[in-house]
Amino acid sequence: MKPLAVYIHIPFCIRKCAYCDFLSFPQTAEMQKQYFEKLLWEMRKSAGRYAEYEVRTVFIGGGTPSVVDAESIAALMDVLRQEYRLREDAECTIECNPGTADAEKLEIYRRCGINRISIGCQSLHDRELQLLGRIHNKEQFLDCYQMARAAGFENINVDLMSGLPGQTVSDWEQNLRAVADLEPEHISAYSLIIEEGTPFYDRYSRQLELREKGLEPEEIRQRLQRGAGNAQDAILPSEDAEREMYHSTRRILQQYGYRQYELSNYAKPGRECRHNLVYWQRGDYAGFGLGAASCVKDVRWKNETDLQRYLLCDDVMSLQTEQDALTPEEQRSEAMFLGLRLTEGIDPTDYAKRYGRFPEYYYVDWIDKMKQEGLLEEAEGRLQLTEAGRDLANVVMAGFV
Amino acid sequence: MIAKSAVSDYDKKGVFCIFISEVKEKGMTGQENIRNFCIVAHIDHGKSTLADRIIERTGLLTEREMQEQVLDNMDLERERGITIKAQAVRTVYKAKDGQEYIFNLIDTPGHVDFNYEVSRALAACDGAILVVDAAQGIEAQTLANVYLALDHDLEVFPVINKIDLPSAQPELVKEEIEDVIGIEAMDAPLISAKNGIGIEDVLEAVVHKIPAPKGDPTAPLKALIFDSLYDSYKGVIVFMRVVDGTVKRGTRVKMMATGATVEVVEVGTFGAGQFLPCEELAAGMVGYLTASIKNVQDTAVGDTVTEADRPCDAPLPGYKKVQSMVYCGLYPADGAKYPDLRDALEKLQLNDASLFYEPETSIALGFGFRCGFLGLLHLEVIQERLEREYDLDLVTTAPGVVYKVYKTNGEMIELTNPSNLPDPSEIDHMEEPIVKAEIMVTKDFIGSIMELCQERRGRYQSMEYIEANRALLKYEMPLNEIIYDFFDALKSRSKGYASFDYDLKGYEPSHLVKLDILINKEDVDALSFIVHADSAYERGRRMCERLKDEIPRHLFEIPIQAAVGGKVIARETVKAMRKDVLAKCYGGDITRKKKLLEKQKEGKKRMRQVGNVEIPQSAFMSVLKLDEDN
Repeated sequence: MKPLAVYIHIPFCIRKCAYCDFLSFPQTAEMQKQYFEKLLWEMRKSAGRYAEYEVRTVFIGGGTPSVVDAESIAALMDVLRQEYRLREDAECTIECNPGTADAEKLEIYRRCGINRISIGCQSLHDRELQLLGRIHNKEQFLDCYQMARAAGFENINVDLMSGLPGQTVSDWEQNLRAVADLEPEHISAYSLIIEEGTPFYDRYSRQLELREKGLEPEEIRQRLQRGAGNAQDAILPSEDAEREMYHSTRRILQQYGYRQYELSNYAKPGRECRHNLVYWQRGDYAGFGLGAASCVKDVRWKNETDLQRYLLCDDVMSLQTEQDALTPEEQRSEAMFLGLRLTEGIDPTDYAKRYGRFPEYYYVDWIDKMKQEGLLEEAEGRLQLTEAGRDLANVVMAGFV
Repeated sequence: MIAKSAVSDYDKKGVFCIFISEVKEKGMTGQENIRNFCIVAHIDHGKSTLADRIIERTGLLTEREMQEQVLDNMDLERERGITIKAQAVRTVYKAKDGQEYIFNLIDTPGHVDFNYEVSRALAACDGAILVVDAAQGIEAQTLANVYLALDHDLEVFPVINKIDLPSAQPELVKEEIEDVIGIEAMDAPLISAKNGIGIEDVLEAVVHKIPAPKGDPTAPLKALIFDSLYDSYKGVIVFMRVVDGTVKRGTRVKMMATGATVEVVEVGTFGAGQFLPCEELAAGMVGYLTASIKNVQDTAVGDTVTEADRPCDAPLPGYKKVQSMVYCGLYPADGAKYPDLRDALEKLQLNDASLFYEPETSIALGFGFRCGFLGLLHLEVIQERLEREYDLDLVTTAPGVVYKVYKTNGEMIELTNPSNLPDPSEIDHMEEPIVKAEIMVTKDFIGSIMELCQERRGRYQSMEYIEANRALLKYEMPLNEIIYDFFDALKSRSKGYASFDYDLKGYEPSHLVKLDILINKEDVDALSFIVHADSAYERGRRMCERLKDEIPRHLFEIPIQAAVGGKVIARETVKAMRKDVLAKCYGGDITRKKKLLEKQKEGKKRMRQVGNVEIPQSAFMSVLKLDEDN
C-alpha cells in the first residue's frame, strides 16, 4: 500500500486577519452547506483514483475549520473512513482558532477520529493579537488549549508568530516561554511574512523595503516621518532583533525538550507533524476543497480557487488547474530545496536511490560555493543548512531551481 | 478627381505616371506650378497636424485612408508625438486661380537635438510655413528654426494655429511675431489644424507667398542630397532636390564629393509613406533616385549629384557636417547578443547618418559600443528603437560630451570615453564644450530658472522682455551640465512654462576631473565620469548614495567609494544580508515557493558581475538620476 497524505481545505473565517493571504473569506450558513456538499462529492468521486493508497495523515486546514459546525467535519472523516483506506493510526489534524472552538465541537472531533489539534495562537500579548486582527485574546487561547486537553487530545500544536511590528526580543521570549510552559507536543514558530494583497502589506511594505536595505528601526521611523508614510504605525523589529528572535526560539525550546526539525517547526521527540513531513519529503498528497494543492506521482495541480466555479463543477478532473507533470530535473530540484528545510537535511544515499545520483553529481558547483560561504555543511553524512544557512535559506535554495 | 484616381491605383506602378503625364499635357510640370516648402515650429505647436491637413486637403489620400499623422511613420514618432526624421511628401493642389500646383512638403523635426535634420530639410525648400501656437506664442525653438530658415534664404510666412483654444490670443501673437522675428504677420492665416479650420487659406498662401523654384532643366544635372534611406530591395534611396537639369532611369550620375558613379534605376516622388516612381525629375522638383547603391557612405547627405558624362561646373554648397554632441556606451545586457547589437546599429545608421558608433570594451560590461548622438533625446530615441525594433536588452552608461584633453607633450585628444583619460601627470589642461542657451520663460519663473542656470555653471549673458509677461534669457553653459536632466529640471521648475534651445559656442578651458567609482574596492570603469572639480564632491556623494540603493545586499559587506585621482571623497556601505528565508510553506503549495525562488534567480541573471559583486543594470544609469530625491 502506498502512503497518501490528505489535505482538506475549509476556506471560511469569521474575519480575515490583517496579515493573511490564504484563500479564505467570511461565510453564510447557506454557503457552508453548499460547500460541504461539494467537498464530500469531490472526495467520493476522487476515491477511485487512490485505490492503491492508504491514508496515513489527514490535515483539515483553512481558513478556520473550527468555525463550521462539527458535524460537517465529522462527515469528512466518515467519507475518508468509508471510501478510502484510512489507517487506524493515521495522524488526523484539524486547525482551530480560539474563540471558535468549544468543548462540544472538540468532543465531536475527538469521536470522529481526529487526534491532533493545531491551535492558531500567534501571540499571548493582547496588543499583538489586536494588531494582527485576530478575533481572540490571550484568555480565549488558554481556554481553548485547556478544552482540547480536557477533550482528550494528546497531540497539540500551537502556532506562534515572531517579528511582529513593535515586538521586542523579550516580548517574543515571553510568548514562547508561556506557550512552552503549557507543554504542547509541537510548536510552529513563524517569522511574520508580509504578503502582497493584505492590509499588512499596505501598512508595512514600505518599512520592509527600508529594512531590507539595511536601515535600523529608528532610521525607518525618521524616513516615515519625513515622507508621507504611516509614521504612527508600530515599527518592525530590526533585522538583528528579528534574527535574534529566531535564534532564541531554537535555544529556549531546546530547554523545554523540543527539537527543531524544520526551519519553523519544533516538536517533542516523536511528535513531528507527519503530515508536513510528507510535503518536505515529496511524498504523495491529495488536496480536496477550494484551491487545495496536490502532488501525486510527481504531477502537481491545484484545485479551482473561485468558489462559484468550484460549486458549479460537475467533473472532478475539471477542478484541477495549473497541472504540471514534473520532469526528472524538476523533481530533483524540488527534493533539494524542500529537503533542506528539514534540520536533518538530505541523505545523499536516499537521494541517489530516488533521483539517480548524489546531489553533488547535479549541483556540485553550487554545493561547493554554498559550503565555502558557510551556508551548507555535511554532518553525519547528510547535507544540511548551517545556522547561517537557515537565515539565508532562499539564497541557498535559489541555486537549486 | 484626378488625385483620387491616382490614390486608388498608386500602388500599381505606372498608373501614377500616367497621371503625371496627363498633368504634363496640361503643362503642370512647369516650375511656376511647383512649390517646395517645409513647416517649422516649436515642438507641440501643431506642425505635423498641419502637414496632415495639407496632405488631406490636397487629395493625395482620402480621409479614410489617412492615419493620424501620416508623415510620422515610425511607431516611436507617433507614440512620442515628435517627428524625428525629415520626411517628404508630394501632393497636388487645385488653387482658386484654377491651376494645379505640385506641393513638395518636407516635414522637419522641432526638437533642438535635430537641428541638423532641420537644416537638411530646409536646403531642399524655397519657403517655409512658420506655425505659431495662438495660446503659447513664440518659443525658443520657434526662433531657432526661423533663423535657420532665414539663413537658408527661405521665404517664411506665419500661420497662427490653435485659434479655437479658449486661451488663444491671435492678435497678440501676430504682434509678437512682427516685433520679435520681424516678419510680416498681420495677414497670417488663423487656423486650427486639428479641427481643419483655415487650411484653405494656408494652401492659397503657399501658392502666392512661396516662390516657384528656378533652375534650368536643360543644364547639366545639379541636385542636392538632403536625406537617404536604406531599403533592402532597392538599396540606398537618395532623397534630393533637383536644382538644375533632369534625371531619369538610365542616367549615369556621379556623387561629386564621394566620387561614386552609378546608373539610375528608378526616379520618383514621395507619396505619403510610399515611393511613387515617375519618368523623370526636372529642375525644381523634389524626389528620389535609386541605383542599387549598397553603401550608404557613397551618398553623403549634403553632396551634389551630377551627370557622370556631363558634370556641372561646381557642386552646391553642402551644409554643416553632423557632429555628435553626446556620447555613451551601449552594451547588450546579454553578452552573447553583441553581434545582434552590432547588426542593429549598422542598420540604424543606414537611415540615420547622425548616429556614430565604434566598438569598445568595458571591464564591467564586456563588449559594446561607444555611440555618439546629436543630443540626449536622440540617444533615447536610438536606445528605444534598438530595444523595440531589434528586441535588444541594453545597458547604457552615463552619457558624456566630447572633451579636449591637451597633453603635456603637446598632443591633443578628443575624449569621448572617460576611461580613456590619460594619467593626470600627462595632462596639461582640458577643455569642455560650451553652448549658447536661450530660454524663454514667463515672468513668475525667471528667478527659479536663473537659479537653475547658475547651479549648472551657467554664465548670464542677457535678459530681454519679448512681451510684458515673458522674457528671453541668454546664458552660456557647459554642455555637460545640460545633457543629463536639464530639460526635466527646466520643466519642473517652471511648471512647464519655459522653453529652451541651444547652439554650440565652442570649447573653453575648464577644471575637470574624472570621478571614479569603486565597488568593493574595485574600480568600475563603466561608472566613472568627468565632472567639474567644484561639483566632484557633491556628485560623488550622491552617486554613492544612489548606488547604495541600487546594489542589493550580498553575503558580505560592500563598500562603495567615489574617488578623484586615487583619493576617496565619499563612501557608503551596503550591509551584509542578514535574512532571506521563507518562514512558511502553504499547505503543500510548493509551486508558489518555487516561483519565488525562480524569481530570485532570474533577478540575479540580470545583474553584472564585477569582482564578486553583482550590480543591477539600472545602476549604470544612476548618474542620470542624481538630482532626483531619494
